[in-house]
Amino acid sequence: MDASEEPLPPVIYTMENKPIVTCAGDQNLFTSVYPTLSQQLPREPMEWRRSYGRAPKMIHLESNFVQFKEELLPKEGNKALLTFPFLHIYWTECCDTEVYKATVKDDLTKWQNVLKAHSSVDWLIVIVENDAKKKNKTNILPRTSIVDKIRNDFCNKQSDRCVVLSDPLKDSSRTQESWNAFLTKLRTLLLMSFTKNLGKFEDDMRTLREKRTEPGWSFCEYFMVQEELAFVFEMLQQFEDALVQYDELDALFSQYVVNFGAGDGANWLTFFCQPVKSWNGLILRKPIDMEKRESIQRREATLLDLRSYLFSRQCTLLLFLQRPWEVAQRALELLHNCVQELKLLEVSVPPGALDCWVFLSCLEVLQRIEGCCDRAQIDSNIAHTVGLWSYATEKLKSLGYLCGLVSEKGPNSEDLNRTVDLLAGLGAERPETANTAQSPYKKLKEALSSVEAFEKHYLDLSHATIEMYTSIGRIRSAKFVGKDLAEFYMRKKAPQKAEIYLQGALKNYLAEGWALPITHTRKQLAECQKHLGQIENYLQSSSLLASDCHLTEEERKHFCQEILDFASQPSDSPGHKIVLPMHSFAQLRDLHFDPSNAVVHVGGVLSIEITMYSQMPVPVHVEQIVVNVHFSIEKNSYRKTAEWLTKHKTANGIINFPPETAAFPVSQNSLPALELHEMLERSPSDNSLNTTGIICRNVHMLLRRQESSSSLEMPSGLALEEGPHVLRCSLVTLEPGANKITFRTQAKEPGTYTLRQLCASVGSVWFVLPHIYPIVQYDVYSQEPQLHVEPLADSLLAGIPQKVKFTVTTGHYTIKNGDSLQLSNAEAMLILCPVESRAVVYSNTREQSSDAALRIQSSDKVTSISLPAAPAYHVIEFELEVLSLPSAPALGGESDMLGTPEPHRKHKDKQKTGHCMVTTDHKVSIDCPWSIYSTVIALTFSVPFRTTHALLSSGTRKYVQVCVENLSELDFQLSDSYLVDTGDSTDLQLVPLNTQSQQVNMADLRVSFSAENRRHIHSKQSLFFVWELKWTEEPPPSLHCRFSVGFSPASEEQLSISLKPYTYEFQVENFFTLYNVKAEISPPSGMEYCRTGSLCSLEVLITRLSDLLEVDKDEALTESDEHVTTKLMYEVVDNSSNWAVCGKSCGVISMPVAAQATHRVHMEVMPLFAGYLPLPDVRLFKYLPHHSAHSSQLDADSWIENDSLSVDKHGDEQPDSSSLKSRGSVHSVCSSEHKGLPMPRLQALPAGQVFNSSSGTQVLVIPSQDDHVLEVSVT
Amino acid sequence: GANYPLYIRSTPTENELKFHYMVHTSLDVVDEKISAMGKALVDQRELYLGLLYPTEDYKVYGYVTNSKVKFVMVVDSSNTALRDNEIRSMFRKLHNSYTDVMCNPFYNPGDRIQSRFVCLGRAFDNMVTSMMIPVC
Repeated sequence: MDASEEPLPPVIYTMENKPIVTCAGDQNLFTSVYPTLSQQLPREPMEWRRSYGRAPKMIHLESNFVQFKEELLPKEGNKALLTFPFLHIYWTECCDTEVYKATVKDDLTKWQNVLKAHSSVDWLIVIVENDAKKKNKTNILPRTSIVDKIRNDFCNKQSDRCVVLSDPLKDSSRTQESWNAFLTKLRTLLLMSFTKNLGKFEDDMRTLREKRTEPGWSFCEYFMVQEELAFVFEMLQQFEDALVQYDELDALFSQYVVNFGAGDGANWLTFFCQPVKSWNGLILRKPIDMEKRESIQRREATLLDLRSYLFSRQCTLLLFLQRPWEVAQRALELLHNCVQELKLLEVSVPPGALDCWVFLSCLEVLQRIEGCCDRAQIDSNIAHTVGLWSYATEKLKSLGYLCGLVSEKGPNSEDLNRTVDLLAGLGAERPETANTAQSPYKKLKEALSSVEAFEKHYLDLSHATIEMYTSIGRIRSAKFVGKDLAEFYMRKKAPQKAEIYLQGALKNYLAEGWALPITHTRKQLAECQKHLGQIENYLQSSSLLASDCHLTEEERKHFCQEILDFASQPSDSPGHKIVLPMHSFAQLRDLHFDPSNAVVHVGGVLSIEITMYSQMPVPVHVEQIVVNVHFSIEKNSYRKTAEWLTKHKTANGIINFPPETAAFPVSQNSLPALELHEMLERSPSDNSLNTTGIICRNVHMLLRRQESSSSLEMPSGLALEEGPHVLRCSLVTLEPGANKITFRTQAKEPGTYTLRQLCASVGSVWFVLPHIYPIVQYDVYSQEPQLHVEPLADSLLAGIPQKVKFTVTTGHYTIKNGDSLQLSNAEAMLILCPVESRAVVYSNTREQSSDAALRIQSSDKVTSISLPAAPAYHVIEFELEVLSLPSAPALGGESDMLGTPEPHRKHKDKQKTGHCMVTTDHKVSIDCPWSIYSTVIALTFSVPFRTTHALLSSGTRKYVQVCVENLSELDFQLSDSYLVDTGDSTDLQLVPLNTQSQQVNMADLRVSFSAENRRHIHSKQSLFFVWELKWTEEPPPSLHCRFSVGFSPASEEQLSISLKPYTYEFQVENFFTLYNVKAEISPPSGMEYCRTGSLCSLEVLITRLSDLLEVDKDEALTESDEHVTTKLMYEVVDNSSNWAVCGKSCGVISMPVAAQATHRVHMEVMPLFAGYLPLPDVRLFKYLPHHSAHSSQLDADSWIENDSLSVDKHGDEQPDSSSLKSRGSVHSVCSSEHKGLPMPRLQALPAGQVFNSSSGTQVLVIPSQDDHVLEVSVT
Repeated sequence: GANYPLYIRSTPTENELKFHYMVHTSLDVVDEKISAMGKALVDQRELYLGLLYPTEDYKVYGYVTNSKVKFVMVVDSSNTALRDNEIRSMFRKLHNSYTDVMCNPFYNPGDRIQSRFVCLGRAFDNMVTSMMIPVC
């Protein structure tokens, strides 16, 4: 192996021992080969196969060649191995038989006998051949002969015990070969000897160990034996094996001590239980501390001596093995172990003696390691050594305390005596360190010499230890040493130096949430702060300690009293406040608003009750508790309205605050829970999934730096907010535990008030909760007075009393006695004034506060409602009944008439689609006391009925039918129906057909009939009333009627007022029957019945029923001679396609205007179906000439043939236009072609003027005999 | 992970503070050992950290679960009956008991294990008590 690659071997004070090989025979010869031999022997390694299954090793052999002497051979029982000759070599270069026989043989025999006498079998005979020598001799035997002779004489069956070394001093290949063979032989034999002899030694050693339970067994003796083995291994450079021997001894001893502790004592162990008199520490600078070894040998060693010696040997071997860090580790274990063992063995140790021993030992180990390692190695292995540094520091500290070097006054005489005793136990410094300036011995002596020196050494060590701990990241350990240092500084009355260490440690404990260390360190810090005069810090620490449950009640009271004492001191600078965080003093648990929705009107009173949990052990008198409030004008004005209030009621108005965990400000407790969300990202093109994952939405909260959060110890950054808005509560005593404190405030400016800070003052000490979280707000609003009028039901019905609710929101206005609402009456709407009308006054939070009778005074124009007195921000509610009168009948005026179909054009559409009620709006103007402007309220009433009328005829008899339909949801009772002719015809009688009794009101000259019985009309029901018209003379051309009927809600029996009846006016014109049309279908002649497909005859008989009347006077009338005629057009239409009209279906006839004038028309019709078929319609039109001037010239039929008829569509009797058009040609009505041409006009006769006496009759048609479908097309 | 105590018991109780400091300080070594074994595969990882460090009077042993919950045991140095194997099995017992606590649906991971909550901490506490009796 290349030496340069290896780290520098440690400087070791090694033993110069090598295994001994004796040389007998020709000494000169040996001397000549010795240089080559000693040089060549270690060059090649040799594999050493070990007994007991130990792993074979390659070993470089060296030997110490000594001249053979009988004394070298060990006597029986000698256990020394170091001086044991492992091989005996006889050297000869004899080549002459004579010489051999004469001298060499005898010499060899003698040598062999000595060996045999000592039963040593490890020998070798070397015959050196020298060619030069041979030549000089005359009777030279062949080379082999002398070798053979020797082998024959001495090597009985062990021919390999005799080797030849040829020309050892020449430089030839033969020489080299010879050397190699020889060396191999030599090595082999040496190893064989080692194996054999060491094996035997080990066996003996084991035997000895097995005897350890025997009474006379001595550990020291055994120690020496096993150490001998260790020495041999060390000699053979087998350090590992050597170390094993010491470790075994170590373990054996430890076991004895443990057993001793368990009561199983060994006699020999009592030697080690002698009182400790010397504590001069480990000595590691010599390979073997002979002094201690001898003391062991003499069985005079103390436990510390034995341990020290054992460790020094282990240390030496470990350093040989280049394992310095194991030395450090073992050293720490050893030191701890020694302390324990001394305790266990109850060895008397003067106080401080062990501290000295440990301190010295630590430093010795460290210096020893430093001596064989470079700086970089040491720096990168601090983890191994720092324990020793720390231990040394600890021990020096306790020595300092013991010797009075830490006290303020310095050591007293007792301390000094103790110091002297301790130093005496150190003895004199060992020579090997005497010249070392920084030797552990010198350091300890110096450190104990004076207060100053101690401080210097202690600080040096402490700082070094802290630095080392810090550099390897053992922060907690560093802080712990720092705390010791702080305690030292506190003892030395240097609190300014202690502070930083205490703070550092406290911060660490706080960050990791270790309650007991926190309490303890904080207590120390508080003392430090007190000495430093850091009032604020001290008070804060005190408040934390006063609330600390890990302290005793007494301690807590003490710290609480410290605060109270300070607070009660007259302050030097008045107004100066000490601001401390609140959480240690008291905690805000919950907050309760009253009103619970935390909304209050301007001028209103808001109370806030908070629960403060006092952490103090005693009741604390607090001058004032102040809540700082931030005011902001609320932009969203809706938030301030009364509506908002009623809708946003918080559950109970209680806000809970999460308990502050002052003791555990760290991670786990204060961190919010993970907010994990599934995240899917899809491709925008085809919506396929691109990526998926889980994201944490509150990473920013979780990954916050921890340091910043744990800086709560410092009161910095706490600022008292000064603002104009505060809630205050004075002179409160906070009992330990929960306290309820109530703030009251009168709301002033409208806006949002946010509670920001909570402060409690005790003298000049202010405890501040800088942020109240979660956010707590209350709102103040201002509101304009308002009046709302709304129907109680979905819609108001006209004609009956309806309830309307008045709501007065007073807002900021206070209703005084005498304030009233002035309602300017609408003409058609009555405000009913019930006797017992009451108004209810509510507060804004809907709590009823009073109830007052309502005074209503009505005059013609104005209804005055006196409001009850009500404070601001209250609500007055009352109900009134209103009645929308049916409009007074305004003749001629169509629009305003109740019951006429179209009072509201805008609702026309609605009326067509559904059965919507007709509505009327009434506007009421109200003067409110708070405003100079009138409030206009529109109330919409719906008319519950829809009425239609119809004229019915029976020949010349006429009937009027009125249908009343109830559209509302309400059931009504109808009574006293009247139909009155409002026209001037005196000749007309209206005879009710729906009544039993009749009354004749002669005074009115008009006849009216009343129905006494009341009739129910249910919701959505219709009622019909029928009257017959009777006249004696010529009937009037038109009839004006008014229908009226009394009504009242069916449910209510008694109404306070009598209701106006419901009226309906209508007009009927041309109601007198002028023509009777009679159609008749007769089967073909000879047939009994009409048959399908066969032509039948239709005879239409048109009969004039009256003479010339006023209504006939129109353009169609022609007067010639004595006849007066009028032109009529008839038309036969069968809309149901039962009949096919053959030939002309219509025609114009000239009708004499005279009673009983009859016109007969024949036509052929063909029934298309069998059965009872209704007759086809016969329609009659007035045929008016276009212009009277041309009228006579025109041939009506030709016109009709041309189909260019102009039809006046009129009224409901309009003929079905499609039937006309179906026959129409290309010419449309009034087409441009005929422009200017005189065109006749058709006018439908009013329904009343034509009576179809055959309507409703049917003709039986039987199917034709040949049963086939007949298809007839009619053109 | 976090290094705040979930549970601490010491008998006798008069020196509790000292043990708290000791256990807290030992976390340095626990951290060191955890970071040193960080590379090892989870299933090959030895949970028992062995002796964290000896002090004059006590031996401090460590154990860390895969979820980085740390157990630290401080044993009087004079107690020679507790060998490595005993310590190991005690830790395993502790771990099992802790797992039981974790399995309790009423236990929030990270909360202190307190024996006053009957079904939560009591069993754990009893187990710890049973382990501590032979020690003292």
